[in-house]
Amino acid sequence: MNTETFEPKIVGFLCNWCSYRAADLAGTARIKYQPNVRIIRVMCSGRVDPTFVLKALALGADGVMIAGCHPGECHYLEQNYKAMRRFRMLQHTLRSFGVEEDRVRLQWASAAEGVQLAAAINDMIEKVRALGPLNWSGKYTENGEVEAAIERLAEEHAEAMEVPA
Amino acid sequence: MTERVGVYVCHCGSNIAGQVDVEDLAKWAGEELEGVVVARDYKFMCSSLGQELIEEDIKNEGLTRVVVGACSPHLHEKTFRRACSNAGLNPYLCQMASLREQVSWVTTDKDLANTKARALISGAVHRVQLQEELEATEVPVNPNTLVVGAGIAGIQASLELADAGYQVYLVEREPSIGGHMAQFDKTFPTLDCAACILTPRMSDVGQHPNINLLSYSEVEEVSGYVGNFHARLRKKARYINEEDCTGCGICIEKCPKKVIDDIFEAGMGYRKAVYRPFPQAVPKFPVIDTENCIYFERGTCKACEKFCPTDAIDFEQKDTFLDIDVGNIILATGYDLFDARKIPQYGYGRLANVFTNLEFERLCNAAGPTEGKIVMRDGVTQPESVAIVHCVGSRDVRFNTHCSAVCCMAAMKFGHLVMEKTGAEVYSFYIDLRPNQKGYEEFYNRLLEEGMHFIRGRVAEVTDAARQPGEEGKLIVQAEDTLLGMQRRIPVDMVILMSGLESRSDAHDVAVKFGISCSMAGWFTERHPKLAPVATMTDGIFIAGTCQGPKDIPASVSQGAAASASVQAMITCGTVEIEPIVATIHEENCSGCRICNNLCPFNAIDFNEEKMVSVINQALCKGCGTCVAACPAQAISGAHFSNEQIFSEIEGLLFDVVSGNGSKAAEPAKDSVPA
Repeated sequence: MNTETFEPKIVGFLCNWCSYRAADLAGTARIKYQPNVRIIRVMCSGRVDPTFVLKALALGADGVMIAGCHPGECHYLEQNYKAMRRFRMLQHTLRSFGVEEDRVRLQWASAAEGVQLAAAINDMIEKVRALGPLNWSGKYTENGEVEAAIERLAEEHAEAMEVPA
Repeated sequence: MTERVGVYVCHCGSNIAGQVDVEDLAKWAGEELEGVVVARDYKFMCSSLGQELIEEDIKNEGLTRVVVGACSPHLHEKTFRRACSNAGLNPYLCQMASLREQVSWVTTDKDLANTKARALISGAVHRVQLQEELEATEVPVNPNTLVVGAGIAGIQASLELADAGYQVYLVEREPSIGGHMAQFDKTFPTLDCAACILTPRMSDVGQHPNINLLSYSEVEEVSGYVGNFHARLRKKARYINEEDCTGCGICIEKCPKKVIDDIFEAGMGYRKAVYRPFPQAVPKFPVIDTENCIYFERGTCKACEKFCPTDAIDFEQKDTFLDIDVGNIILATGYDLFDARKIPQYGYGRLANVFTNLEFERLCNAAGPTEGKIVMRDGVTQPESVAIVHCVGSRDVRFNTHCSAVCCMAAMKFGHLVMEKTGAEVYSFYIDLRPNQKGYEEFYNRLLEEGMHFIRGRVAEVTDAARQPGEEGKLIVQAEDTLLGMQRRIPVDMVILMSGLESRSDAHDVAVKFGISCSMAGWFTERHPKLAPVATMTDGIFIAGTCQGPKDIPASVSQGAAASASVQAMITCGTVEIEPIVATIHEENCSGCRICNNLCPFNAIDFNEEKMVSVINQALCKGCGTCVAACPAQAISGAHFSNEQIFSEIEGLLFDVVSGNGSKAAEPAKDSVPA
């Protein structure tokens, strides 16, 4: 790391119906939050494949936020519960990778919760800032193995999930 | 990369340009980002001149992809998609970056704002090159409509649709239509009699050639999608043949079994085991209540059958099912009342002369059990003093935090009726009075003039334990009068609890059945709280009345009419466009594990037993993408949100770190990268 102050980079996956609208609302209401989060719109938090999170971290993100509608308010009825289940499994995986828990966060934010979403983003940024850079991609690059490692992960995952005919 | 991308950065006046260096951003995008052939900034991209800029470039520069850095896509995505399509470019090849809502309006530091703006533009440029042409599909709209619930909101919706010439299936689970309004005596603030205004509308429904009224029926299953729903209705057995019954009522007269009427009379009166909830019931056919009928209990009696002049009684009748096709559905399923027993200190169910609001409505009603005489539980004594307790189970963190919206006015109506009919003193205990519609404040002033006592304070308890002289034999209402700043004990003869409105106990099941969402409290969620109050997130399903939240009769009627208008717009249009954002299963990759099958809440995924693969019904798919994320074989792809597109967007967003450490990350469109 150079001497510059560390600005964490966080990728946010926000569901189209609640959380992305909460981000819109934060904007309309001019609620300031730190600019370290870069948002990707997905239709539902249930769309967030754990590999998205791993990919973001592998490409250099220091943290990932997944945000969706509150339980019971999902536009697709219950898919945020599926996001929640998946998130728990992902946390387990990340722990075994040695990735700190605060780097990946699941956040509920309804379309009316611009203030809450902004506060959650700030809170997460502070936590990740305290943890310092993840520099996952850097570590892989030193081994010259980024591509291979990611591919291998996907393959292992696919093999593990293979259902015998 | 062979795509030719145009990048357009909007100033939005000074909304974006005030915080982000838009010229530099456009220049940077043109120079640094791969695939970008045109990069411009413009004052207002959404203006017709701004749109023309895009259209011209598509034609002259041969753009194959467009990125607009402006406001949120929820605002202007449609605008820019239309511009693309005007110039002959598929609208789904356009991507927006939310520079205003996500950068300029929320960021204080200008340098950091510039970096974030670059990231968002870079993400969009990366992603857009992998976007695919999509076509919205057009499907016809079936002109028939299903209305569920025949209270005043459902009645209004049905009549307006039927009058417009469209066929309506009106389903009501009780034996008669009318809903809660049929139980009321007077309506506030005009004090016209509820039955006088409701029953003509009820008979209109009963006689309307375009309304297929299915009372004592419920919706079993719903499938399909906007314009093309299929519903299976269960017509519960009445044990009375509707073709033969003339509604003469002799069976009711001759039935020897009398039971307490818990539903329509709120436990205040009796009905027979074969009954019609009330004399003006629509339809007129009675129902045999098998739980209480002597024949169903012991196998003998059949008095009704013996006396029926048209042999309409049929003890062998079974539930029947009706399958219907409709284009739209209006849900007007109403509310339940809060159970006042949950607040034991108010004494309901323990102290005889504590009544609920619904019981009092029946007591007041000229067609009710006391023929409109306001008397205590002994059935003869008139009360000399009455206390009305507001907000029972509403505005209470222990039960419901919402305001039930109608109780203040109903309490004033009760106060007026009590004073008019008995001359008793009336004390109303309120937290806040909310007479906030047309004519309501005037009604409140009228009650003040009539001498109703308003005491601001939530009631602590209602007790029969006398402590002071004058309290013996009375119910004592204890509350802190927060205007006087003192405790008050008021001895009264009768207490009326204004039980709040709650969502139906089965609202969550109904929401799941129809594929709409409801809040934690069970109120159905509208598409937009202000701009789309009767539509839901599920196209073709509308809500009206108190199933959406507590409201009074005028508001319920307005919503019924509004829902009907929305449905008519769909029918008149004749066809509806379906967003092409759906998932597709690639058969050759599907292992048939069926993990996805149970994930879909819309039952859009079927299993093809022959081929041993799962198949998505695109008409049912709403495009959430949960199955795409779950497929272990990555055999499912989600249109417009494919893995490649999202991976590429991540890579673009992290442009500064990806290039920073020298590792140009994964080439997106490789075969090995999941679909």
